[in-house]
Amino acid sequence: MKRLLVLENGEIFEGKGIGSERERDGEVVFNTGMTGYQEVMSDPSYCGQIVTMTYPLIGNYGINRDDFESIIPNIHGLIVKEASAYPSHFRSNLTLDEWLKHFDIPGIQGIDTRKLTRMIRENGTLKGRICSADANIDEVIAHLKEIPFPTDQVATVSTKTRFVNPGSKERVVLIDYGVKKGIVKNLVAEGYEVMVVPHNTTADEIRLFQPDGIVLSNGPGDPKDVPECIETVRELIGEVPIFGICLGHQLLALACGAETVKMKFGHRGSNHPVKDLRTGYIAITAQNHGYTVEPISLIDTELEITHINVNDGSIEGIRHKEELAFSVQYHPEASPGPEDAQGLFKEFREMLNEHATRKGIYNA
Amino acid sequence: MPKRTDIQKILVIGSGPIIIGQAAEFDYAGTQACQALMEEGYEVILINSNPATIMTDESVADRVYIEPLTVDFVSRIIRQEQPDGILATLGGQTGLNLAVELSKSGILDEYGVELLGTNLDAIQKAEDRELFRTLMNELNEPVPPSDIVTTVEQALAFVKEIGYPIIVRPAYTLGGTGGGLVYNEEQLREIVAGGLHQSPVNQCLIEKSIAGFKEIEYEVMRDGNDQAIVVCNMENIDPVGIHTGDSIVVAPSQTLTDREYQILRNSSLKIIRALGIEGGCNVQCALDPYSENYFIIEVNPRVSRSSALASKATGYPIAKLSAKIAVGYRLDECKNPVTQTTYASFEPALDYVVTKIPRWPFDKFDSANRKLGTQMKATGEVMAIGRTLGESLLKAIRSTEVDLSHLRFAKPLDISHEELRQKLVHADDERLIYVAEAFRLGYDMEELYNMTKIDRYFLYEIKQIIALEKVVEENGWNVDTIREAKKYGFSDTEIAQLLRADIREVEAFRTEHNIKPVYKMVDTCAAEFASETPYYYGTYEDENESLPTEKQSVLVLGSGPIRIGQGIEFDYATVHTVKAIREAGYEAIIINNNPETVSTDFQISDKLYFEPLTIEDVMHVIENEKPMGVIVQFGGQTALNLASDLEERGVNILGTTLENMDRAENRDKFEQTLMKLEIPQPEGKTATSVSEAVAIANGIGYPVLVRPSYVLGGRAMEIVYNEQDLLKYMDRAVKVNEKHPVLIDRYLTGKEIEVDAISDGETVVIPGIMEHIERAGVHSGDSIAVYPTQNISEALKKQLIDYTIRLATGFQIKGLMNIQFVIHRNEIYVLEVNPRSSRTVPFLSKITGVNMANIATKAILGLSLQSQGFQTGCLPEPELVSVKVPVFSFAKLRSVDITLGPEMKSTGEVMGRDYTLEKALYKGLIASGMKISTHGSVLFTIADKDKEEAMNLARRFHRIGYHLLATEGTAKAIQDENIPVTVVSKIGGESPNMLDVIEKGQAQFIINTLTKGKQVARDGFRIRREAVEHGIVCLTSMDTAEALLRVMELITFSAEPMGQETPRKKGITV
Repeated sequence: MKRLLVLENGEIFEGKGIGSERERDGEVVFNTGMTGYQEVMSDPSYCGQIVTMTYPLIGNYGINRDDFESIIPNIHGLIVKEASAYPSHFRSNLTLDEWLKHFDIPGIQGIDTRKLTRMIRENGTLKGRICSADANIDEVIAHLKEIPFPTDQVATVSTKTRFVNPGSKERVVLIDYGVKKGIVKNLVAEGYEVMVVPHNTTADEIRLFQPDGIVLSNGPGDPKDVPECIETVRELIGEVPIFGICLGHQLLALACGAETVKMKFGHRGSNHPVKDLRTGYIAITAQNHGYTVEPISLIDTELEITHINVNDGSIEGIRHKEELAFSVQYHPEASPGPEDAQGLFKEFREMLNEHATRKGIYNA
Repeated sequence: MPKRTDIQKILVIGSGPIIIGQAAEFDYAGTQACQALMEEGYEVILINSNPATIMTDESVADRVYIEPLTVDFVSRIIRQEQPDGILATLGGQTGLNLAVELSKSGILDEYGVELLGTNLDAIQKAEDRELFRTLMNELNEPVPPSDIVTTVEQALAFVKEIGYPIIVRPAYTLGGTGGGLVYNEEQLREIVAGGLHQSPVNQCLIEKSIAGFKEIEYEVMRDGNDQAIVVCNMENIDPVGIHTGDSIVVAPSQTLTDREYQILRNSSLKIIRALGIEGGCNVQCALDPYSENYFIIEVNPRVSRSSALASKATGYPIAKLSAKIAVGYRLDECKNPVTQTTYASFEPALDYVVTKIPRWPFDKFDSANRKLGTQMKATGEVMAIGRTLGESLLKAIRSTEVDLSHLRFAKPLDISHEELRQKLVHADDERLIYVAEAFRLGYDMEELYNMTKIDRYFLYEIKQIIALEKVVEENGWNVDTIREAKKYGFSDTEIAQLLRADIREVEAFRTEHNIKPVYKMVDTCAAEFASETPYYYGTYEDENESLPTEKQSVLVLGSGPIRIGQGIEFDYATVHTVKAIREAGYEAIIINNNPETVSTDFQISDKLYFEPLTIEDVMHVIENEKPMGVIVQFGGQTALNLASDLEERGVNILGTTLENMDRAENRDKFEQTLMKLEIPQPEGKTATSVSEAVAIANGIGYPVLVRPSYVLGGRAMEIVYNEQDLLKYMDRAVKVNEKHPVLIDRYLTGKEIEVDAISDGETVVIPGIMEHIERAGVHSGDSIAVYPTQNISEALKKQLIDYTIRLATGFQIKGLMNIQFVIHRNEIYVLEVNPRSSRTVPFLSKITGVNMANIATKAILGLSLQSQGFQTGCLPEPELVSVKVPVFSFAKLRSVDITLGPEMKSTGEVMGRDYTLEKALYKGLIASGMKISTHGSVLFTIADKDKEEAMNLARRFHRIGYHLLATEGTAKAIQDENIPVTVVSKIGGESPNMLDVIEKGQAQFIINTLTKGKQVARDGFRIRREAVEHGIVCLTSMDTAEALLRVMELITFSAEPMGQETPRKKGITV
């Protein structure tokens, strides 16, 4: 069935519908990963966005029961060049189309996704809508121009209740701004008892758990949309070791007085080289973010830059100079993407050990 | 770490001649490496024996040595040049093996030469099966159960444990030479015995077969700082069991989940780190389609064919960066040459699908065993880029130039279901087409999966193509359907066939409805960053990224895949044409589809279109670019064949006009022209029917030379001695009709002469005249060519020059031409005039210092030869003698007869150069891989017609101390000459028979000439093949044997008792 992708700048792409017939708006972004579409589509950080996969053939290995990053996907649409109608993989149990229909997510295929990507590269991300062929285009464009970017995505995707993943080692509180399953999996694999709490859990509530460490998760949208979260982090710095990932990294920066800005079209993909300034080591990383920490804003803070992006020099990692807190803009848990940065979980482990030592000295 | 300053002079080792398993990819890699090192300010010394490459151009390195790639010769250069470092990882297996040998010989230590890039230890760990397996075990990386054996008995014992099927892999051989998949004891005995012999260390790996697994390759890079990245992964459509060089491959992988992708990525990086490789490396993995279990199959600790493919598939120049890493750079210090804004330490993101299809030599060797296995048989490959798998696959199919424009045989399929099943189960080069045909016959997916083990994803894509064929047929001239078909990669030819229309009608329909491709950039980053790469592919989408510039442009058509008869020489010429066009102030645009070559390096031209070389695809580019003209004479027959279709569509062909080209190719017009020019040619005529052929042959008198018109590399050309053979030939080799006439010429024996010339229509420059060692009748590409001529009188030379000038003017050549003459009883006859660049252009350009392709291109563009400083005539000859020696890949092609004849069989060439012919020949023969020992035995088995001539050779072999062996008849002739000889019986005769001699390696050389007659012919064939299988030099031309003798006489001393009659010099007569 013929479907359209209408963008706020007036550009129209004609393609064929996949998934739901529902019409939805969203910020159109692109991801350059060549594998891992299932993880991308279910990554809560894409909440409210319409995701374009730049790799043209999507759905080749189908959808399986394991590779989800969340239980309920929150993307507002999917754009591909070609969706495979006949996936082939021993783990596959649904086609891309079937899965999108199941979650009522609209999609479009058969459009020049490279043209779209180039457009986003030149203009920055654009608001768009996947709609039916007979939609009133002028109205759609006017509507798109009018609507603001949403600000409530974190609340949408964060867990509503606290829950625990039992473990035999230290207790880690994971503040869920839209956490990917991969992060939980890595923490559990470290043996931690992982207590997942909603994004708006206060510092006092967290203190009651007496955690040995806190992990600030990834999540969607502008970090400034969740000022209460920034406040919570600010209160906890210095008390317990903190490890921030993606949105969690931006929140740590903001909590320490730094600034974040919206990027033109962000980093989304599985091939971003990140250099550890302390060792010179370069990791190829998975990324998904549209905001970044402004380097100049670090000047009057207690933060130092630990990692930068090799391509554009943007900040990829920071560390508190005095307290036990660090964060990265990229995804050490990968899923999808390369696992080069998994050492960061070890770094967190070392931080917990150091904290224990410090506490021991203090208590003695 | 920035580049090293403790080294200044670097010796780069090339890969030598083109052979199956080691082709043009190393010209590309080597050229890139040398340029990268020069850019960094190092003094670069290059050694390579292959004159046909860009790599051995003087400008590529500070000093270029075209010398044999042996320890002896490289050591000489090391002593002479005293380099600080040596780079061997870009010279293929040849380079690596040589590095190992050099190191062992002690010369590197003696002169303090450091092995740059990957160290010896790593090379050995990756190459030595046992060390590799140990390392994999240490790393906890799974390898299939296997064992190293040094005897057939050990192999049998091990197979008792693990069971059949097994794979046999001989250690340290190229392209899997001598290996294979084995299902039973009989096969095991044969293949293991052969493999042990092929392996220079007499080792074979016996491995449990994991045939049917997905075969996945990772191209990885690592720098000295332990940073490692994946450039590209690739998935073989053909599952494990078929050599990756013979597999159809797509990039990136299509059926791997992210989890699987990362599992194999992690393993590949772990391995490259554990090996400590500095540079590029290829890791081959086998992945179970039904679990996440995998095995590591193989690691190549160097740049390879796959890395050339990965470079072209992604735009990421692996060889260039490997060279930079070898001199100390880190990945994050090197700019990504594609984006110019990002760095080399990232992993390319593709937004298209790449398909590679091998090009096999079976069209030339109809007797060859076409079954594919672990031993590579392809001579070259094509690559295509598309936005859908169908588009990518179908573009690749029509790039292969084997008469396919779609997944469909030219002729309707006429085989039984049983035969079809066999074709599907036991893959040969056409399996994919059979899969398509099976779908057309209604076979279902599961059936095909069970037979082929090709992943259902790919099968489904093929099924979709077949389904779309039906839709096109049913819907007819429907705009949407035809647009859809174009998006799926259907060619106009196929659509025309489906609609029972002419291709021109399809073209007109598309033009009317504006169905045409756009061009997208290959930018390594899926459009994430702005890039300036002038590297494009066509696809049916909205946005065109390749906009023509203001500058006037010239389009050059490349030569497509490397095949026998059209090798790297044509890529060499193409590259020089492109350079000359740029020098002349035009924009140079190239279309080519060969991922291995220098011409498809996007830094060579102003714009590279990676597209099939069909009239349709070329016209699309022309319509987009509107060049002022097209140059076709440098891209071999591929480009030339397009000329008439291009002109028909109003395209301006630059250089020699189509009409004149036709005069040279069309027999009747050719004859008329020669008559007018008063230049003799062997009597001959064109036949358009069998009866006519017989009549002509009878008129001329046997033997006659027969061949179809319009061929390159002497395809289907034969010397026929009687009517019976002629009839057989007409039946077997050609389809004779009005459109495809057959040429029948009198076969003149004599000295063959080859001349290349450049003409602008007025001035005719002859850089040199070459003489062939082998007499006419052996294809020029398979002959040893000598420059300057050694046995041609001044008078004849003058006449040759005169004829050449008359021919160039007579055919109104603008650009290059190549002429073959034969001197028969002191008379010169013209055999062939080729109005194009030839195989000898690079050889001759290099030894004369005249860059023929460059000068010719400028002449074509209007810069007269006079203004370029030339006058009509032949250039003065140098003192040094150069020989071009052909190199064959017979070891890779079982059941191919190695006899030299009018049909070309060699895959590559080497050059030898020195102050005497004998020294030059010595180098040439050594470089071609021949082992020349100063003592030993030679086995003669000579046809009656050659016996008299052979006696001279026998005597000379005896004189240098060789022991003579001969079959009965030949032995008798030798005995009659009073030369001692040992008689060996014929095949099947009592011991010692010929096969014993061969199998036991009791002869160093075999001299065998072709005999007619059924049984003897079969025996002769068997002997020649056994010789190849056992690595014994077998010469089928008396002339080659004579040349070899001259060399051996040079390097040995004669031992003659005093007082005997010895040859005397001519006395002085007063």
